[in-house]
Amino acid sequence: MELLNTLIVVLDSTIRLSIPLLFACLAGLYSERAGVFDIGLEGKMLMAAFASASVAAISGSAWFGLGAGILASIFFALVHGFASITHRGNQIVSGVALNFVAAGTTVILGQAWFAQGGRTPSLGTDARFNAITLPFADAVREIPVVGSIYYELLSGHSILVYFAFFMVWATWWILFRTRFGLRLRAVGENPAAVDTAGISVAGLRYRAVICTGILCGLAGTYLALAQNAGFVKDMTAGKGYIALAALIFAKWRPVPAMFACLLFGFLDALAIRLQGTPLPLIGRVPSQVFQALPYVLTVILLAGFIGKAIPPRAGGIPYVKER
Amino acid sequence: MSVPFAKLPAWADYGLIPLINLVVAFAVAGLVVLLVGESPFRAAAIMVEGAFGSGRNIAYTLYYSTSFIFTGLAVAVAFHGGLFNIGGEGQAYIGGLGVALVCLAFDSILPWWLTFPLAVLGAAAIGAGWAFVPAYLQAKRGSHIVITTIMFNFIAASLMVYLLVGPLKPGNSMAPQTRNFLEGGQLPKLNWLIELFGGTVRSSPFNLSFLLALLCAFLVWVLIWRTRLGYEIRTQGHSPKAARYAGIGETRIILTTMMISGALAGMMALNPVMGDQGRLQLDFVTGAGFVGIAAALMGRSHPAGIVPAALLFGMLYQGGAELAFEMPAISRDMIVIIQGLVILFAGALENMFRPSIQTLFASVSPRAVGVAKSRGGEA
Repeated sequence: MELLNTLIVVLDSTIRLSIPLLFACLAGLYSERAGVFDIGLEGKMLMAAFASASVAAISGSAWFGLGAGILASIFFALVHGFASITHRGNQIVSGVALNFVAAGTTVILGQAWFAQGGRTPSLGTDARFNAITLPFADAVREIPVVGSIYYELLSGHSILVYFAFFMVWATWWILFRTRFGLRLRAVGENPAAVDTAGISVAGLRYRAVICTGILCGLAGTYLALAQNAGFVKDMTAGKGYIALAALIFAKWRPVPAMFACLLFGFLDALAIRLQGTPLPLIGRVPSQVFQALPYVLTVILLAGFIGKAIPPRAGGIPYVKER
Repeated sequence: MSVPFAKLPAWADYGLIPLINLVVAFAVAGLVVLLVGESPFRAAAIMVEGAFGSGRNIAYTLYYSTSFIFTGLAVAVAFHGGLFNIGGEGQAYIGGLGVALVCLAFDSILPWWLTFPLAVLGAAAIGAGWAFVPAYLQAKRGSHIVITTIMFNFIAASLMVYLLVGPLKPGNSMAPQTRNFLEGGQLPKLNWLIELFGGTVRSSPFNLSFLLALLCAFLVWVLIWRTRLGYEIRTQGHSPKAARYAGIGETRIILTTMMISGALAGMMALNPVMGDQGRLQLDFVTGAGFVGIAAALMGRSHPAGIVPAALLFGMLYQGGAELAFEMPAISRDMIVIIQGLVILFAGALENMFRPSIQTLFASVSPRAVGVAKSRGGEA
């Protein structure tokens, strides 16, 4: 029973920690499937976290905050698109640049507008996405095992958590069951063929980066308005890169992406849980091991030792129309 | 990538276009300053004054520039080989380990001028080793070097935190850092160099590694443009197919290029660790690895361009510190924005103004522009 409770607590925090990764990972999926590499997920999340926290603090509404977060993130996504689609610039350079711009802008504007050392004001309950209790959760709470799993693990998250899991299915459906999805995947594999079919490569790629912007906006908003109560300097702390790692780990597919994000979230939760406590047999494991594990696993995967991660074929290459 | 743009005269390609991009980047940064409610012109004046106003300020500017010369060269060497080494940050961080191990071992028995070459070797070897793994995985297993070097940045950060809160920390200390190096593990300051020109420097971290950085810049020029290996690296970077046809071993070039790049990034650690702080501490790199990307892009991957670009960023760092002091609304994060904008306009959007400039050139003197010709880009 003790063990089960511990497990439920760890899994519960796994879900909370995975959600920003999951949104960002799905965000990267649209862009990279369309052939636009995006290492600027981090910056877009940060921008969205800042915009949503600022607007939520001023308006007092979490939903206005969400809207602002998504808009800010889309703006950054469009700049990335402008550089890498319209001007055929280097997509990695553009992503790196936008990460810097976001890291600096959020702090400077935060300091100028709220004068709290780069933070935004702490948000009240109305301005945040609060936990919602699923139907009957209180009623079944006393039932052993099943009841506590339902009450502790499944119920009591914010609406964005449920929406993230919905988006896994939605992304799968969009990519593999709609015409837009088919074209999006095609433009990432063989843009010339898409062009020959009379479909605009640039148009499709722009639509893909907008999808990326929306989902990164959700990721950032979740960080600022659900996981925390406001924006803190550099609050994404590398989550955009872990999401990128998860995307590769999942080989650019939505459902495996969910599992990869849950795995990386679980490692994070475990590191917090195990801080300072010795493990049986192994002894004390430094928490840095858990922090490095997602990256190490991704490197091993990329090296082709656990299956092979093959990126979309036209990824990273700007499309030049034949003339 | 092939960019179907007409050729411009060299001075426009290497001078005018980077200058325009830089001006645009600063103009956008000025907009951010306006948004904050301060005057961009006053901010710029404070920055320039802060960077060059006194001998001490110049010394600080040069101190920051030293780090950026190393990381800029590191990124540039990889660019020439068609590789994007985004892992300079991690290689520099781990390079600090090489410096620290040498200093901790020898600072009580050797004078600094014997510890220094050993520390250079230590930093370069560990930096190169850290770059070797991503390079090997790229060459042999086809994993994308950008992603692996990013991952290695994070792995380096975790490893260094582990070492600094654990094995490398003296037993009686709480702070996550090594013990202070003795005299044999500290580089002499170069303040006299500035005083020679009439400035007054009371104390500054400006040290000997600046000269090493300039030497490295020269050696990189020799390597890339005056040696057989450099030719092979450039061939590989311009056209891997042509390189293969010419019998240049792809694996060998990728491994060598990345290891040289990693060694240069690792040597950056000499400047803060051995030259300034006199101990290894957390996060001493403070983004220099990423500034290197900006410096390399602005300097068009040529040492003669990278050194001024590094100076510019050194100026921004030092001037930015003064700016944060004078205008509390503008913290040092302003530098991060400017850095990002420079990377954006000088790197990703470098071709934004090219067509209009070409039109301009074509209308003024059609002969200078010549025929449309495809031009290979870096990375």
